[in-house]
Amino acid sequence: MNWTAIRAIYLFEMARFFRTLAQSLISPVLSTSLYFVVFGAAIGSRIQEIEGVSYGAFIVPGLIMLSVITQAISNASFGIYFPKFIGTIYELLSAPVNFLEIVAGYVGAAATKALFIGIIILITAFFFVDVTIAHPLAMVAFLLLTCLSFALLGFIIGIWAGNFEQLQLVPLLVVTPLVFLGGAFYSISMLPPVWQTISYFNPVVYLISGFRWAFFGSADVPIALSLMAIAGFTAACLLVIGWIFKTGWRIRQ
Amino acid sequence: MQPILDIADLRKSYGDGFEALKGVSLRIEPGEIIALLGPNGAGKTTLISTVCGITTATSGTVAVGGHDIIRDFRAARSMIGLVPQEINLEPFERVINTVRFSRGLFGKSPDEAAIEKILRQLSLWDKRNNQIRELSGGMKRRVLIAKALSHEPRLLFLDEPTAGVDVELRKDMWEIVEGLKADGVTIVLTTHYIEEAEAIADRVGVIAKGELLLVEDKADLMARMGQKQLDVQLSAPLEDVPEALAKYDLTLCEGGRTLTYSYDTRADRTGITKLLRDVSEAGLVLRDVVTRQSSLEDIFVGLVHEEEEATS
Ligand SMILES: Nc1ncnc2c1ncn2[C@@H]1O[C@H](COP(=O)(O)OP(=O)(O)O)[C@@H](O)[C@H]1O
Ligand SMILES: [Mg+2]
Repeated sequence: MNWTAIRAIYLFEMARFFRTLAQSLISPVLSTSLYFVVFGAAIGSRIQEIEGVSYGAFIVPGLIMLSVITQAISNASFGIYFPKFIGTIYELLSAPVNFLEIVAGYVGAAATKALFIGIIILITAFFFVDVTIAHPLAMVAFLLLTCLSFALLGFIIGIWAGNFEQLQLVPLLVVTPLVFLGGAFYSISMLPPVWQTISYFNPVVYLISGFRWAFFGSADVPIALSLMAIAGFTAACLLVIGWIFKTGWRIRQ
Repeated sequence: MQPILDIADLRKSYGDGFEALKGVSLRIEPGEIIALLGPNGAGKTTLISTVCGITTATSGTVAVGGHDIIRDFRAARSMIGLVPQEINLEPFERVINTVRFSRGLFGKSPDEAAIEKILRQLSLWDKRNNQIRELSGGMKRRVLIAKALSHEPRLLFLDEPTAGVDVELRKDMWEIVEGLKADGVTIVLTTHYIEEAEAIADRVGVIAKGELLLVEDKADLMARMGQKQLDVQLSAPLEDVPEALAKYDLTLCEGGRTLTYSYDTRADRTGITKLLRDVSEAGLVLRDVVTRQSSLEDIFVGLVHEEEEATS
């Protein structure tokens, strides 16, 4: 492994993040605060407790997931799409690095940024609601795995995208709906049975459920299933990336 | 000596089936400057991209310093620096950071002294904290060179380094190349400016339509193909070439005031002595005598022209 190269890519990407730190943080903090005001205070006051947790606190894990998933995807996809777009990819392709090292650098940086924002949102949440974390270790593990797996997905999207519209397309058309319908703002058990069944085909349900379990100790689906879901998703992304690596798809002519 | 670059029967067809390289073979010894001369679309960039790993060859092999570029890609690529034809840089990044990044990407541990030396060498030190977008086009090209040199390569590719660059910067660039050569770096540069190849290369390769037509020592090339012309300028204009001089195949130009004689510099007898004697015996009065050598440009145009005639 060319660790020096991984480190160089990682630091270069992180530098971009810190250069625009204010922009990177203001938007997620602001939107989270708005969610708390609207859903937590305004509407939430009329919603009874869910599984013994106030509605304001109940949406915290889902909100974190929403931001983390969005950030991981957009950072990773932009991170690798940008060099393709402005042509600096020539340097990556001609460097003594293999694809795994390129992935490690870009995905590692994107996952770090997403993690950073996830933590900021958690801190923001403490200002609005009382949040307790029942299983801190599991919480951290879920957070890390989510950052990582969705950064991998973002990397794939960035390689695939041929223009900026396509870069936005997948997050907009696929990921955001899946997260909203994945129980970020409600418990699956609150849905009619038909919709419950449909929801179980949504992979994000397992993530949010597992993450919420780490906070409050109760879940929509068994925790083991949640773990398997995220492990399976990570493995699938790695397989696709391995295939891209082998064929040079969309990167090497 | 082991060649620093050894290309054997390299072919490249792009996805659309277009064959951009049709079996190129080339050996380059360490320390030389070789210019690949060819018109736009000849395949120069494709050749460089394939050696550097940006595109994959359809067939053929390439070794850099004895390391196969596929099997032993890390060792091979560590030796190569590439200055691409297009100015591809991150506009918001600072000069010194992009150079540090390049060094790290190529697996070299951070070395601020080495980075400073390179930036100074390229007159970029004062601009090191500028964002790339604040630099002029010529400065950006220097940044590209600095990035390519950041990991101390042994083989440097310069893909049309002076295209669209003003005269002054072009001269600077040549000096930089000379300096690198003095440090023992092997340089392959592509250009479609003949004068560039003529000014700085040790060897010249002519490439057209994906084929390397020839590679030759610049001096040899010019001597072999270089005809010299002798202009005999006369005091009084002539109507026709005098009968006595017919055997010299002279042409009369400049309103009959100049007789031009072509000869081969490498022939045993150039015939100059006889010609001048016959000229004076014919009663002509000389005003001046001038010799001219064909430039690489003449040679190049001749070669590409021959090639076109052969294929049509
Ligand atoms: N990505 C590509 N796909 C298809 N054809 C290409 C591609 N890149 C270059 N070519 C073609 O290959 C030929 C050689 O191009 P290039 O190597 O850029 O030439 P040069 O650098 O000598 O101007 C040209 O005819 C060009 O159109
Ligand atoms: Mg070119």
